[in-house]
Amino acid sequence: MVRVETVSKTYRSGEGPVAVLSDVSLSVGSKETVALTGESGSGKSTLLHLIGGLDLPDKGSITLDGQEITALGDTARATVRRDTVGLVFQQFNLVPSLTVAQNIALQARLAGRFDAALTQRLIDRLGLSGMQQRYPEQLSGGQQQRVAIGRTLANHPKVVLADEPTGNLDEDTGDAVMSLMLDLVAESGAALIMATHSNRLAARFSRRVHLSRGRLEAA
Amino acid sequence: MNVRVLLLAIFWANQALTQGFSGLGTEAEGFAMPDPQHVISFPQDHGAHPDFRIEWWYLTATLEGDDGAQYGVQWTLFRSAMRPGEGEGWQSPQVWMGHAAVTSAEEHHVAERLARGGIGQAGVISTPFETFIDDWQMLATGAGLEDMTVRARGADFAYDLALHATGPIVLQGDRGYSVKSPGGQASHYFSQPFYEVSGVVTLPDGPVAVTGQGWLDREWSSQPLAEDQSGWDWFSLSFDTGARLMGFGLRGAALFTSATWIAPDGTPTPYGDGALQLTPLNHVEIEGREVPTEWRVALPVRGVDVTVEALNPQAWMGVSFPYWEGPISIAGSHTGRGYLEMTGY
Amino acid sequence: MALLTLLSHWRRHPGQLVTLMLGLALATALWSGVQAINEEARQSYARAAASVTAQSYDRLVTPDGQPVPMADYIALRRAGWLVSPVIGGHVQIGAERWRLLGIDPLTAPQGILPQAAGESLVDPTAFLTGPGQAFVTPGVNIVSDQREMPNFVPVEGIAPGLILTDLSVAARLLDQQDPSFLTILPDQPAGLPALAEVTSLTRQQPSEDRDLSRLTQSFHLNLTAFGFLSFAVGLFIVHSTIGLAFEQRRPVFRTLRALGLPLGRLVGALMVEVTGIALIAGSVGVFLGYFVAAALLPDVAGTLRSLYGADIGGSLAFRPLWAGVGLLIAMLGAWLSAAQAVWKVARMPLLAPAQPRAWAMASAKGRRWQVAGALALFGTSGVAGATGGSLIAGFLCLGALLLGAALMLPPVVSLILAGLSRMVRGALPEWILADTRQQLPGLSLALMALLLALSANVGVSTMVGSFRQTFLGWLNQRLVSELYVTAASNGQAEEIRAMLAPMVDATLPIAYAESRIAGAPGRVYGVADHATYREYWPMIVSVPHVWDALAAGQVALINEQLSLREGLSPGDPVRLTNGLTLPVGGVYSDYGNPTGQAMIALSLLRDRFDDVQEQRTAIRIDPERRGAVIATLQDRFDLPDGAVVDQERVKQASIDVFDQTFRVTGALNVLTLAVAGFALLASLMTLATMRLPQVAPLWALGQTRARLAWIELGRSLGLVLITWAVALPVGLALAWVLLAVVNVVAFGWRLPMMLFPLDWVRLLGLAVLSSALAAAYPALGLLRMPPAHLLKVFSNER
Repeated sequence: MVRVETVSKTYRSGEGPVAVLSDVSLSVGSKETVALTGESGSGKSTLLHLIGGLDLPDKGSITLDGQEITALGDTARATVRRDTVGLVFQQFNLVPSLTVAQNIALQARLAGRFDAALTQRLIDRLGLSGMQQRYPEQLSGGQQQRVAIGRTLANHPKVVLADEPTGNLDEDTGDAVMSLMLDLVAESGAALIMATHSNRLAARFSRRVHLSRGRLEAA
Repeated sequence: MNVRVLLLAIFWANQALTQGFSGLGTEAEGFAMPDPQHVISFPQDHGAHPDFRIEWWYLTATLEGDDGAQYGVQWTLFRSAMRPGEGEGWQSPQVWMGHAAVTSAEEHHVAERLARGGIGQAGVISTPFETFIDDWQMLATGAGLEDMTVRARGADFAYDLALHATGPIVLQGDRGYSVKSPGGQASHYFSQPFYEVSGVVTLPDGPVAVTGQGWLDREWSSQPLAEDQSGWDWFSLSFDTGARLMGFGLRGAALFTSATWIAPDGTPTPYGDGALQLTPLNHVEIEGREVPTEWRVALPVRGVDVTVEALNPQAWMGVSFPYWEGPISIAGSHTGRGYLEMTGY
Repeated sequence: MALLTLLSHWRRHPGQLVTLMLGLALATALWSGVQAINEEARQSYARAAASVTAQSYDRLVTPDGQPVPMADYIALRRAGWLVSPVIGGHVQIGAERWRLLGIDPLTAPQGILPQAAGESLVDPTAFLTGPGQAFVTPGVNIVSDQREMPNFVPVEGIAPGLILTDLSVAARLLDQQDPSFLTILPDQPAGLPALAEVTSLTRQQPSEDRDLSRLTQSFHLNLTAFGFLSFAVGLFIVHSTIGLAFEQRRPVFRTLRALGLPLGRLVGALMVEVTGIALIAGSVGVFLGYFVAAALLPDVAGTLRSLYGADIGGSLAFRPLWAGVGLLIAMLGAWLSAAQAVWKVARMPLLAPAQPRAWAMASAKGRRWQVAGALALFGTSGVAGATGGSLIAGFLCLGALLLGAALMLPPVVSLILAGLSRMVRGALPEWILADTRQQLPGLSLALMALLLALSANVGVSTMVGSFRQTFLGWLNQRLVSELYVTAASNGQAEEIRAMLAPMVDATLPIAYAESRIAGAPGRVYGVADHATYREYWPMIVSVPHVWDALAAGQVALINEQLSLREGLSPGDPVRLTNGLTLPVGGVYSDYGNPTGQAMIALSLLRDRFDDVQEQRTAIRIDPERRGAVIATLQDRFDLPDGAVVDQERVKQASIDVFDQTFRVTGALNVLTLAVAGFALLASLMTLATMRLPQVAPLWALGQTRARLAWIELGRSLGLVLITWAVALPVGLALAWVLLAVVNVVAFGWRLPMMLFPLDWVRLLGLAVLSSALAAAYPALGLLRMPPAHLLKVFSNER
């Protein structure tokens, strides 16, 4: 499902170029769940952004669901992002001007594959019934992240990329959200790559890889 | 700029300003200069001499009203040229100024009129003799200057007088050439000191019929004062004997005096510098100035030693250039009445 | 230290600082520019009033306005009357036309020559003789031509456009020996003969109609209103920028407070900051304002000259007081704009979460207050419009209407967006609408500014357009005759008419007499009974068979100004002169004339009025034969240039005057719109930086940057479109108030309102263009934004 081959990425900074990723290769199969661990600044987010097609590597290739996204243009990559990838961020990144229901349906509707039954089921499973007409700012952090998870899964993604989704939540809430996410991803049949620096959480994944100074090590 | 400043400059009363502004006396300006050879002749010398810088027709009269009070009347027309000669209409360089005053022991009324030449608002005609500015006029009703009427009007006074000369015209100085300084500054100068006057003076309280004596001075020049001279004191004395005395002192580094003794028949005897002695006796303060309104006047060669005293010490002419002008009474070796003019205080 | 911490914000957001400064500077510039113009004009009027021209003295004039014969002057002087001659006129020197006033310093009232000129300046010989001296206002440069010119001496206190000189110089330059008029000195000697016994000249009282400051009041009020409008628009910019800067610094405020900075010190530091910025920006504004004023002043001077005959200088003096007031206004404006933000800071809970977007969230409660305020303002406007008969009431009506509309705009836009979002389907449109509503509070101030500018534009251009259309129609009606001839005298006019009678269709004498109509100075015209009048004269109302009644001497026609001023309608009696009162037969429009006027039968005028002026004649003729008639006239009569004019030239001259009159209005209109455009740009740019968190998720969800950029652009244009649509009715209401309320008070005539839809479309184009430019920059930024920048939104370390 996801194949990352010898990908390198360098960012310019005030003190010259900083190598974020060097020769990273990673392969993730369908339904596989991978925990991506590493220190802050080890390149976890960058790797996820590259896999999600939000940014391009300097070197190497990335293939998603058989499509080499590193060879695609901006517009085509946006389409892959819309149709194949689901993103969950630490900051939730909900659209503040839309209601809970609208936020959950947003990506599916943008991709033209809105499934009312699935959406409703997700809302129920996420424990968001009765909050559909609320706006994000009226929700707690855990609730907001559940909305973000719902938004991702309502679109039938083949790959879910999650960047420390519980990093902003307290431990109990984080655990609850994490369990829910793992269950729902498993039900949807999507692959999951999640960045986290928590070894406790990583244990619940089928595989675990570790990034250190931009190099990938099997854990 | 205001009119007052303008006039100070135009007329020569304020000597410093005059000389400062155009270097009076420089012949390069083209003004005619008094000429000792000039023979005064009439009627042409009754008229204006536009080639000279300055000229006047100056009548003073000491009068007595039917109310028994003493009065003095002044009627003067000054001519001043900014450049010699005449011009068309508004372009005329001649400026005319009239002063009229009525003085009693308590009151002193003054009026002033200004006019430019060339347009007929003011002027002098020699035959028949007529001088005028606006509705003020002094004009002959017969030949020469023997019979005249004079009138003028101010905001609060008016007069209308008839004059009749009982004696001849008198040439002052050397046959009408009157020297004003040791340096030779001079003017042409003659007088008619023998007028009998009658008429009406109108004051705020009403008209008063008056009779008395009048004295007309005619003078023109282009270089009236020497550089160091700051003003003059001029006396016209009519003695009860019928004789007249004209005398003046020009105040400079040294006093320069001149006098003419006029016999009752009009025969003049001129006296040069030093013959006439003038001593101020009493000063009054007028508008911040010390003005001598009581004098000792002596012409020893004629046995004259008199004290003159102003009828109204406050006879100040608060016009464009201020000076003192008023009737005086005479006591001492001779008695009579006269007029005093003082400038430069 | 706190201040330094606060100020560090501007180093990191130089764009915001520039926006803030520019907004305040622009606001101050337009306001103080207009004030400078008004002040200059006021000074000019004061100078004019202080000089001889003010007619503060009675005058003696000839009944026909011809020069006073010298003999008449001398006769008066010789009768004892203290009168002083003045030769006045206009003289062309180089490219400039000057009013020339020649006085006689020897007879003039005291103080007529400027006192400021000290003795050193004055050379009496030079003033009274030779080429002479002339006093002019300082700073003008007179290029002498070949004529013998006086020496020009600059002197404070001389009215601009005036050359004050000796009579002899004026006589020479104007080639006129006789005085134009005589000034009667206030103190006259006792016992003078009555004036009538001495002269046949007419004594003229100082006329109230020449009171320039009163006449021009409406014009200056107009300018002030525009200046205020611009200032308000500029303050919108300042307010939104300050609001943003404060909001962005909330974390800093919180940190400072947490570190132990007392609230008072914090607020104090903020006030110092705002004041400092206001001082700098205000100085720039005053500086700019000076140039605005200097640039506009020639047009203003032209307007005042053509409308009111008021002369103000074309050059501007720098007045420290004016600059000080300008600075103060800038300061007050900045404080006013910052008040809300500072208040919020003062009330901010110490531990409130930093929400950079919170300020943009206008509560429903706030919106209700806005609506209530708007309704109150509309009420005020209505009351002022209905009851007020004064200019102040008229402008109050205008101001309240505009402000009310501005306040009403955000709720209206919000309502429209809500309505739309119920109608549309599709995730993206829904998001766009929802997001636009979200964005509205941040943009609403800019939109309000735009609304003000657009409304003012629609209102003023509708007013000017209606006026122009009406004026042109009226000119066409009133100037029917093909030729107009001005003779040197009544007699010559008589000869001309007699000679032309067989050659042309009609010769219509234009006869009038100066009189006092219903107690105020005005002209009474006499009209011949001719079809020209019956067919074309622009009547507003009239009794039946009015022309028959007029010809029979039974009624008088009056102009609209008189009708409105005196409340006269057909049937009411109007007093035309001593012993002649007629019923009003009709009211006609008479634009561009500030005084009352009446028309009666020609024969009646000749019978009942002295000093009837009949030098002018209108000639009806086949246009083809005009040339021949002009040639004949010039052949037979020694007529000066300009004595024969054809209809086109009269019309063109009138139209030129008209257009000149409204040039300044047009310029201010454009400037105000430009400031509003800048307000929009400023708001969009500041919002753009805050838009990232809203836009980035959409991008992450698979929308391209290009598409999002187009959406941003389209959203701004949509808002502008709505604003324009709201501005239209507001602008038309404004135009109606200007036409039906302000014009009536200011000029004395009511104008029909006409609509100019093409102008609206043009304005829309202009608004769309300016807002497209304003929105394009942030949109372009989004389009070009490197992904890394967008990714920052998602980065955990943010």
